[in-house]
Amino acid sequence: MSVKQISVFLENRPGALLGMTRVLAERGVDMRAFSLAESSDFGIARIIVNDVEKTAAILTEAGFVHNVTPVIAVSITNRPGGLNNALTALSEAGVNVEYMYAFVGGNRDNAYMIFRVADDEKAAAALRGAGIQLAEQEELANL
Amino acid sequence: MERYYQPEIETASREQITAWQSERLVRQVRHVWNDVPYYRRKMEEHGVSPDDIRGVGDLYKLPFLSKADLREAYPYGLLGAPLDECVRIHSTSGTTGKRVVAFYTQSDIDLWNECCARALTAAGATKEDVCQIAYGYGLFTGGAGLDGGSHKVGCLTLPMSSGNTERQIMFMRDMNATILCCTPSYAEYLGESMKELGLTPEDIPLKAGIFGAEAWSEEMRRDIEQTLGIKAYDIYGLTELSGPGVAFECSAQQGMHINEDHFIAEIIDPETGEPLPDGQQGELVFTSITKRAFPLLRYRTRDVCVLTHEKCSCGRTHVRMAKPRGRTDDMLIIRGVNVFPSQIETVLLNLGYSANYQILVDRVNHTDTLEVRVEMTPEMFTDNMGEITGRQKKIVEGLRSMLGLAAKVTLVAPKSIVRSEGKAVRVIDNRKI
Repeated sequence: MSVKQISVFLENRPGALLGMTRVLAERGVDMRAFSLAESSDFGIARIIVNDVEKTAAILTEAGFVHNVTPVIAVSITNRPGGLNNALTALSEAGVNVEYMYAFVGGNRDNAYMIFRVADDEKAAAALRGAGIQLAEQEELANL
Repeated sequence: MERYYQPEIETASREQITAWQSERLVRQVRHVWNDVPYYRRKMEEHGVSPDDIRGVGDLYKLPFLSKADLREAYPYGLLGAPLDECVRIHSTSGTTGKRVVAFYTQSDIDLWNECCARALTAAGATKEDVCQIAYGYGLFTGGAGLDGGSHKVGCLTLPMSSGNTERQIMFMRDMNATILCCTPSYAEYLGESMKELGLTPEDIPLKAGIFGAEAWSEEMRRDIEQTLGIKAYDIYGLTELSGPGVAFECSAQQGMHINEDHFIAEIIDPETGEPLPDGQQGELVFTSITKRAFPLLRYRTRDVCVLTHEKCSCGRTHVRMAKPRGRTDDMLIIRGVNVFPSQIETVLLNLGYSANYQILVDRVNHTDTLEVRVEMTPEMFTDNMGEITGRQKKIVEGLRSMLGLAAKVTLVAPKSIVRSEGKAVRVIDNRKI
């Protein structure tokens, strides 16, 4: 139902993000999606990758503080109103979205939305009820 | 059952201790008057001669000696024995200026090692134990002091020196080390590294550790005791006086017993130089009464501390000193407020952060600024920005209530603060005053 996102602590200084992307690139990690939140002195990189365990191990080894966060991924048709439908379903079910980001999938016809919510089950039920398709880990890994 | 290395000395009566101190002080004063021109000149300038010193009660008549004297007399000016009787040199790290170089005769080394043996015995070490010494060996006194003490006790000694953490852990496990001696920050680092390797306290044979050479707090002690599954003992010393073992903690862990048969301790008002009574906080001053090669009379340590002569449950009778609260010279004055790094450490540890922090002080537009850099830990991290900034605010509030000052708190990457396997760089003061 939920998929795994890796969240990484980064200092807000030149080269901090590069430090992370370099080690992931060197070890052949394929990033599906990437989103960055930042305050004045630190940032949190949120990534969806092809191999969660391997990426987590690489980050631990390289000394990055990180965790694996469950998020909801939905696949929507890449046309106007797609995001609106999903948000309407969540809003009507009273699910608060902590943060979200989108990325275009393997073909240009559909896009993926990642939602971080407090209650995964409730969110999943609401989305399914609105006829929106949830994406599984495997699907994202194979994009 | 409390064990002592030298029970007849460590549990001697107060009268006996005073008698030893008086006799040795009188002898020491004559020694420096006769053999150390620097001292004779200092005493003459102060209007005091050896005839004025008849016992401990006359100690106050002697002039103080400061780090500035040691620098001025560098390298041989305070030498109390001919160089051909000296067998060893140790030196301070020189973090606060020019290095201090101290000399030892063989007898000085033997007595120093005995002091360390008392500390090890108080921590539970016997000849059955394997003692891993992860203090640096070399000019630094940590390695040599505890090494000598470990030999006196008869422990199987592992002279690891500092650094190479993987090798430390391997030897510790393969050789069944039961006693660990190192700086408290290195003990924490070892604990973290073991955790990263998936090791629990049950995987580690250690039962006790002796940690010193830098300031640490009660919270840090609990932290180390938990991660390593040991009892952690404090030890105190100064290269100028010998090295570690000037004072050490017993099983009661209620202050460190000063080896009074070798050192006379006083607490003075750092402003006026007046001796203060038991229980009052002031600057710690030591007189070494048995050292031959490098005798120091009324040496001002700059450590801020309290003494107590109250009876200790361990049975030792020697006076106890509290963990130094800070140093008269590392006390920061920020916007007129006295700040000790140990206070900042307390706030962080109480909130569950590691003791790895750095204090940055600067002056912007004629106003002092205080920034505290704190390392992010896996336990503190979440993917939620609001939660992390909320915790950051908690630190700011904690610092405000502890210090009465507004501080900026910056979260930094783990292990990004320079960590020492010797001494940690805790304070960076960039103010140009």
